[in-house]
Amino acid sequence: MKSAPFTLSAPVNLEEAIASFREGGMYSKFIAGSQSLGPMLNLRLSQPDNLISLRNLPDLREVTDVGDSIFIGAGITHAEIEDKKILDPSRGLMASVAANIAYRAVRNFGTIGGSLAHADPASDWVNLMQLLDAKFLIVGSYGEREVTSNDFMQAAFTTCLKEDEILLGVKIRKLSVKAKFAYFKFCRKVGEFAEAIGAVLVDPELGIKRAIIGATAGTPFLIKNIDAVINGQTGAMNEALLEAGCNDDYEYQMHKTALERALTQAKL
Amino acid sequence: MTKIELQINGKLVCFESESRTHLGDFLRETMNLTGTHLGCEHGVCGACTVEINGAPARSCIQFAASCAGYEIRTIEDFGDDEVMMQLRDAFSKEHALQCGFCTPGMLITARDIVLRLSELTSPDDEARIRNELSGNLCRCTGYQGIVQAIQSVLRLRAMKVKNDH
Repeated sequence: MKSAPFTLSAPVNLEEAIASFREGGMYSKFIAGSQSLGPMLNLRLSQPDNLISLRNLPDLREVTDVGDSIFIGAGITHAEIEDKKILDPSRGLMASVAANIAYRAVRNFGTIGGSLAHADPASDWVNLMQLLDAKFLIVGSYGEREVTSNDFMQAAFTTCLKEDEILLGVKIRKLSVKAKFAYFKFCRKVGEFAEAIGAVLVDPELGIKRAIIGATAGTPFLIKNIDAVINGQTGAMNEALLEAGCNDDYEYQMHKTALERALTQAKL
Repeated sequence: MTKIELQINGKLVCFESESRTHLGDFLRETMNLTGTHLGCEHGVCGACTVEINGAPARSCIQFAASCAGYEIRTIEDFGDDEVMMQLRDAFSKEHALQCGFCTPGMLITARDIVLRLSELTSPDDEARIRNELSGNLCRCTGYQGIVQAIQSVLRLRAMKVKNDH
């Protein structure tokens, strides 16, 4: 349970971090709070030659009000979101989800950006960002680019980030007072990764109507036939679950119940 | 080898270490602070929980070299700490440990619960305390004694606050 050897660099700004990726032609990886990649390294599932710590980058700690949205820097920790220490676009939804990520000792260091870049299908932020239709701001040697939540995560543990790109943060629209939402997850034990996630968000003022099936084998599944599912049409829900890849009875039942509970809790 | 400069239990420490040495190993093997225990070494069991910059954190999934400039407090540094003294008494009284392997991590987490969630004084708050404690595994006690110990310290401190007013 000890990591394979690696060298460690700790750049103090983004330019330095991106530049250090190219040095020496080594296999490098970025690391932030160390709560996902740390275990992966200890288990030797990941064996980079070089780790580039993003901890000291002030750019990743920014939270700003950008008109109709809030930008949340990738380096903000789950605990900071749980404790409502930053601006909240989601009327409490993000704080309540953050409070149930792993354990407090993990939340104190784990970052929203690190979790998103790690892209575990069962992690909360990849699912919630898909629900909230977040925009992902990415920086690389060429400059910045913005991608949608649909395009960011491509498969389990796979994102659109090129190897020398860094996730700067996410931009989330401010929900209106009329927004209704719920996020439900099944965990075998408190704090473990979810077995199944169901979540729904309806904001009539912003014209948002979204629901997801999460913790599948792949990306968070955005339900297409949303009106029918919200209205409780079993055929539509069945179709969505199968399309999301819930093929065996256990997966199907867990995800179906998670989604149904979210729909009930949202009191649409 | 990476040069590490950090504060451990109030003392500035400057050391050379391999980059891959995690903080738990560094504390135990270089600093001889063996009160921090290592169980699973992938962030699940909570035995290695220490305080980093005032908040509980896993020392097994942090690399010591990434903690440059940080303030670390291990269980050894809480001898005179008021809350920790209350917790030690309560753990003893409520039989909140048997083998003691999880206890250093339990105490760090328990102290965080007592200080951060001081409002959890009602018997109804037991579920929330268990929830907060879920990141620390104990294979001896079945948790009942640990939960009771934390509840008794929460009540004791609430009573003291009330009396002081």
